[in-house]
Amino acid sequence: MSRTAADSVPTPDQTQTRRESQWEDFFRRFARNKLAVAGAVIFVFLILTAVFAPWISTHDPIYDQDYSAILQSPGHNHLLGTDDLGRDTFSRLVYGARLSLEAAVVSVGIALVIGVPIGLVCGYFRGFWDEWIVMRIVDAMQAFPSLILALAMAAVLGGGFGNAIIAIGIGFIPSFVRITRSQVMSVTNQEFVQAARAVGANDWRIMFLHVLPNSLAPILVQTTLAMASAIIAEAGLSYLGLGAKPEEPSWGSMLNVAQGYLTIDPLLAFWPGLAIFLVVLGFNLLGDGIREVLDPKLDR
Amino acid sequence: MLAIPVVFLVTLMVFSLMHMLPGDPATVILGQEATPEAVAALRAELGLNKPLPVQYFDWLSGVLHGNLGNSLVDHTPVAQLIMERLPATIELTLGTFIVATLIAVPAGILSAVRPRSLTDYSGTLFALCGMSVPHFWLGMMLIILFAVKLGWVPASGYVPFFDDPLGNLSAMILPIIATGLRESAVLMRMMRSSLLEALQADYIRTAYAKGLKERLVILRHALKNALVPVVTTSGLVVAGLLGGLVITESIFSIPGFGKLIVDSIFNRDFVTVQGAVLVSALLIVLINLLVDILHFIIDPRIKSGKEVG
Repeated sequence: MSRTAADSVPTPDQTQTRRESQWEDFFRRFARNKLAVAGAVIFVFLILTAVFAPWISTHDPIYDQDYSAILQSPGHNHLLGTDDLGRDTFSRLVYGARLSLEAAVVSVGIALVIGVPIGLVCGYFRGFWDEWIVMRIVDAMQAFPSLILALAMAAVLGGGFGNAIIAIGIGFIPSFVRITRSQVMSVTNQEFVQAARAVGANDWRIMFLHVLPNSLAPILVQTTLAMASAIIAEAGLSYLGLGAKPEEPSWGSMLNVAQGYLTIDPLLAFWPGLAIFLVVLGFNLLGDGIREVLDPKLDR
Repeated sequence: MLAIPVVFLVTLMVFSLMHMLPGDPATVILGQEATPEAVAALRAELGLNKPLPVQYFDWLSGVLHGNLGNSLVDHTPVAQLIMERLPATIELTLGTFIVATLIAVPAGILSAVRPRSLTDYSGTLFALCGMSVPHFWLGMMLIILFAVKLGWVPASGYVPFFDDPLGNLSAMILPIIATGLRESAVLMRMMRSSLLEALQADYIRTAYAKGLKERLVILRHALKNALVPVVTTSGLVVAGLLGGLVITESIFSIPGFGKLIVDSIFNRDFVTVQGAVLVSALLIVLINLLVDILHFIIDPRIKSGKEVG
């Protein structure tokens, strides 16, 4: 395949070297930011827990029911006690990490896959369609409180974990469109983009090879923070009974069950909430850390 | 000006909601066991026999006259249901906002004037934890501590303020603190970063050079300029509360606007869901408009078209 002159703006070697040094610089500054590293550790811990859940858990989270051992305190057989059906709370928490990670990745994935290309095209081409159609739809979508939008969509699509995360993901799309668009608009005005245009690169090549890679920083930050929101939103919907089913080991549905036993067994509500808090804290630390690393002005 | 197309699109989206139901909405609402007569009656009641554009304009005309339809459960007008539920939500929103501001503004100022101090690190840690804690879980923990263990306040329930002011306050204090703590974290971060930026401006250096005391410089000069983004964030906080309170109201059994939506979803009362979702979106458009007006009042540079900062 023949290469056009546009591929050499700047020369591939220069671009490669510049990107490598940018990444090295990024990781060096990231490693110096203790809170960001703490966030990354929590994130990795969540992934490992989710992946190795069958080996970490001590009981089956759904089917190991022991009616002779309901609502037990933490003890020998059950590290964190049992729930109203005698299921092991620790094992349900461990499997809950899977559902939380799935909720975060899928819902934010939906928003990224739909929101980023729309923001990219709108920010690059602009004009009537961008200003009067797409951005007004984005405004209208952002007029809905996110949880109410998710509730309404979950109601229409029907409850269940899958529909809940689709509803959450759709709610995130406008923020990704907006962030990508504004970043693309600022990058498009820079000299290297004008240089690429001057040597005859076509718009799609400029967008995907030059503009998008240079617009990724705020999208990365937004992705991390949106994952934190997605975990809380999924837990909220499951708590209300519109997400995961009560038997599924979602942290939100565990809180739903625990609400009925606050006076008898307060710990039943404590553990899943603590898990949500720690994981969301991890994502927030990670997001803040990445933002500070990418924009050193914030680090004061 | 831009609010008009947004409101139009909002109505279009809310109207589409009912038509996104898989299959015939009347059958979905009544269930598969419903008789054909019942389905036909509901179709006629909802106007589903007419062409879609006609349905939309009929519905929009009703909305403009304050008619959001009737509840499918007891045929009460949806507008009346919403009006009955709004006071509890408004009280909760106001209370939350007051608690959040009372914590966030002083904490944000203390953090910003002494950056990298113990106070600043404590404030930042509080904000990070506050933003990460699920408020519905915090609500449960507060119930366990203050209602179950100490017995100071009721665990749930609601009494209208004008019927029993003390009873109302004791019932509302826990939900207000549960949501207020989280929102204060968001506001505090914005207060801190905005004031930090303002404190680096040239006019602050001039104020110090004139010999003004630190308190005067911060309160009279820096704070006023730092408030613009804080007001924007406050608007977002209040708007976000409309959604966030859905779960708080469910935990504390407060008969508010959010609980109306949740109850209506479980009752398959889609007409009420449709009306409530529309009202929530319109309230947010209104809040955004009010924030814009407040910007004009706080910062005259916005009115004259000059750059802020």
